Amino acid sequence: MRLASSGFGSAGADKPSKGGLFKLGDLSEFPIKYRLFLKTYPWRRIDPVPWVPLQKPLKDCRLTLISSSGFITADQAPFDKSIRGGDYSFREIPSDIDVAGLIDTHRSDIFDHSGIRKDPNLAFPISRMRELKKKGRIGSLNHRHLSFMGSITAPGRLIKKTVPAVLKLLKDDGVDVAMLIPV
Amino acid sequence: MGLVAAELERQGISTVAIQLLRKVAEKVRPPRALVVPFRHGYPLDAPEDPARQHAVIEAAFKMLEDHRLQPPAIVDYEPNEEK
Repeated sequence: MRLASSGFGSAGADKPSKGGLFKLGDLSEFPIKYRLFLKTYPWRRIDPVPWVPLQKPLKDCRLTLISSSGFITADQAPFDKSIRGGDYSFREIPSDIDVAGLIDTHRSDIFDHSGIRKDPNLAFPISRMRELKKKGRIGSLNHRHLSFMGSITAPGRLIKKTVPAVLKLLKDDGVDVAMLIPV
Repeated sequence: MGLVAAELERQGISTVAIQLLRKVAEKVRPPRALVVPFRHGYPLDAPEDPARQHAVIEAAFKMLEDHRLQPPAIVDYEPNEEK
């Protein structure tokens, strides 16, 4: 199996790790303080792991995007970078948004923002989803999608306060499938 | 994102999550994770390259459609160099 890509996203493209390859799960792209944090962070383990098989073909499913890239629209308040543990709120992104109008407000400085600023589809692929809907690969796009700001180190409020509201929206909308994209 | 995915599945919504770090996926165990070999900031590979973005999305869709997978399903994405 190949472990490297020549694409933009490959760390080997401009910051080769040992051997010129970017290994899956490699933390070498980060400064040492972030590597230590990620290695020692007490990740919450999902147990048991819930599992919902597709109930119908994708061509008949309604899909929503959920991105943690911190995108907002021009008329929305930015995510609050001052909240300790991370801003656990979300923004609704309308499905007919002009993707060029999405604004990156992610607080993290440990990743290169230039790609998602050049093309927000890189982390919020609404244009790609419209194309897939047109081709009939998916049944429909939900009328709203959800944007979070990642780097939430204290996810308790996210799970207890935000997710129930999100679930209600998506259940009311009749969403069958969610694709989640980090940044 | 894995925690959010799990809550959605508990309420009957099928999910697939792109994951940038395999070790995190193995620790958190989202229901379906497609691990991509890209830098943070580039979850769908390349900006302004619909073909590469579609390739990642299609791999994620294939996970949703693969009824042989068992939870937690963690699959490594292999980019096609010819794209």
